[in-house]
Amino acid sequence: MSESKSMNMIGALNQALDLYLERETNAVILGEDVGHFGGVFRVTAGLQEKYGVERVMDAPLAEAGIAGMAVGMALGGLEPIIEIQFADFIFPAIDQIVNELAKYRYRSGAQYAPKVVVRTPYGGGIRGGHYHSQSPEAHFVHTPGLRVVFPSNPYMAKGLLLAALECPDPVIFFEPKRIYRASQGDVPLEYYTVPLDRAWTMRHGEDATLVAWGAMVPICLEAAALAEGEGYDIEVIDLASLAPYDSATVERSVTRTGRLLVVHEAPQTCGFGAELVAGVQDVVFPYLEAPLRRLGGFDTPFPYTLESHYMPSADRILFELRELIDY
Amino acid sequence: MSGSADTASVGATKAEFPEVPFAILNADGSCDPEYRELIDDADVVRVLQTLWLNRVIDQRFLKLQRQGRLGFYMTSTGEEATTIGAAYCLRDDDPIFLTYRELGALLWRGVPLEMLMNQLIGNGQDVNKGRQMPIHFCFRDWAVPSISSPVGTQLPHACGFGYASRLRGTAQVPLAFLGEGTASQGDFHTALNFAGVFRTPCVFVIRNNGYAISTPESQQTASESLAIRASGYGFPGIRIDGNDFLAVINAMGQAVERARGGGGPTLVEALTYRIGAHSTADDPSVYRSADEPERWRALDPLERLTAHARWRGLFSEEDERAWRESCEARISALVTACEAWPPPPLETLFQDVLRDPGLQLRRQRDRYLAYLRVREPDAHEVP
Repeated sequence: MSESKSMNMIGALNQALDLYLERETNAVILGEDVGHFGGVFRVTAGLQEKYGVERVMDAPLAEAGIAGMAVGMALGGLEPIIEIQFADFIFPAIDQIVNELAKYRYRSGAQYAPKVVVRTPYGGGIRGGHYHSQSPEAHFVHTPGLRVVFPSNPYMAKGLLLAALECPDPVIFFEPKRIYRASQGDVPLEYYTVPLDRAWTMRHGEDATLVAWGAMVPICLEAAALAEGEGYDIEVIDLASLAPYDSATVERSVTRTGRLLVVHEAPQTCGFGAELVAGVQDVVFPYLEAPLRRLGGFDTPFPYTLESHYMPSADRILFELRELIDY
Repeated sequence: MSGSADTASVGATKAEFPEVPFAILNADGSCDPEYRELIDDADVVRVLQTLWLNRVIDQRFLKLQRQGRLGFYMTSTGEEATTIGAAYCLRDDDPIFLTYRELGALLWRGVPLEMLMNQLIGNGQDVNKGRQMPIHFCFRDWAVPSISSPVGTQLPHACGFGYASRLRGTAQVPLAFLGEGTASQGDFHTALNFAGVFRTPCVFVIRNNGYAISTPESQQTASESLAIRASGYGFPGIRIDGNDFLAVINAMGQAVERARGGGGPTLVEALTYRIGAHSTADDPSVYRSADEPERWRALDPLERLTAHARWRGLFSEEDERAWRESCEARISALVTACEAWPPPPLETLFQDVLRDPGLQLRRQRDRYLAYLRVREPDAHEVP
């Protein structure tokens, strides 16, 4: 039996990177402050010391250059893992990610398939204001040619990151920075992967289905625990992969419960919740007991002082659930 | 690594690259004997043949586009000394990161004409599966990565490829072309900055052809040249006559050798002129006088290299006529053959987005096939 250890998400991600760099000598890390300093969140701590400055590189401060250079490195036979220090800073790199990385396999008739993993901390709840809080996943889900993945706890973080690193497709790997340290759990020390493009039922229930990803998963579990106190039996699904996404698991659940609430931090309009409810309603329509509903962030720039009103909370989720169940 | 910007280090950077002449060919086609050795007689003929082939293809495809048989085309008339000359200095496995106006580099590399035609036509034989507009080539077996339309995106790729080449010990030197308009893009700056910081083996070649569609160079930069920008990135930049084949291979040869030897990147600015329109969707008479291209025809790289060949006693008028006619016959036969191929199979529309299509795309495909089964019951094989 393999040994495991209690650790936080940063430790789990660091282990995944360490194991992969050790196994795959063509794997390299490129990003701002990821080398000597080990990253502003310490996810790459110790890796430059272990693998050298040629494989764990501090990049000039230019996200477009980091992403563009990574595409070229991949064309040249390396497996770059890049860090965009905050997801809010991914926008300068968007042309390289959307027009180059995402389209390269398709436009070259699969002659080339540059494989780059883009790691980036995302999300609110850390008093980071407009530019250290955003959840820009919908932009990338709306770009054919990318995988979009979200871990929600340390076990998933290590297994999903190793799966992303092994995957031949480009992956945008959104790390929930609010629970980087707060989320603690047992993680096997050995190399393991958690399959991409499948959803995970974190809690079984019969009255309604909650779907979330990343940092909203523990909030939804908290809401389900509160709902249990009121006599409601809530199912919670961690979607984990948003592109492609496992709508089949959600459809099976909603076919049983007849109710769906999707919870995310990104602004609600055109957020991924819109896609999810539209995507599954084709199948679950005859089984519905209430309208399919989303609870997202407001259609405002991410606020600073009033952040706690913006972020979906367990109590607000419960408020929405009551209405759906009593519909 | 020092963060200082003292003039001495800039001076030292300049000195790293040997002095090269702006131009080598004289007006009568002669050259200083020391430069004659840059290229042997057989290669002079091969280059001229490639240049002629390039012109014949450009003229033929321009006509096809006007006849409505091709969606789009872009010629490189007038710029072939730069495109062929730069490729001439490479090893066969050195990747060439292209824009949309370097057909000559592909011809010199030896990409089979049929493969080029298949891409231009977008038929089912195209290795890119008919997924891109004409001219947006990609031929991995010839170390030609994929061309995209947003300009400048290939520059950081060349830098990254050079980094990979050094780390993996393949000694490949990526070459990246760009137009002078692209030097205004952010990707130009980041790519050159990263190349300088990481000292990646690569060569950037600016085809300064005077115009970015309609916008003249004076609207792109207030700098006295584009080549001098390289010193701001910590590596040499040189400016040459891009219509002088010998000047191109002299400078490029040294830049490539320098990169392969661990000396880092070089920026080469080749002054040339776009004789034709930007693309088949462009009308240059709106933004430049009719006599301007005529003045540049006197500096036509084909004329100048032909004069040089004659000075060496090569490629007579008769050779030229015979070669041109053979090119025309070859291209006509190939166009007919390539136009006869069917389009790519419908299934390819849904392939290669990711390695395997995801659930959402599979459902979309199935729904479309359900529609086709009703609308065109016999037209498509359902996989």
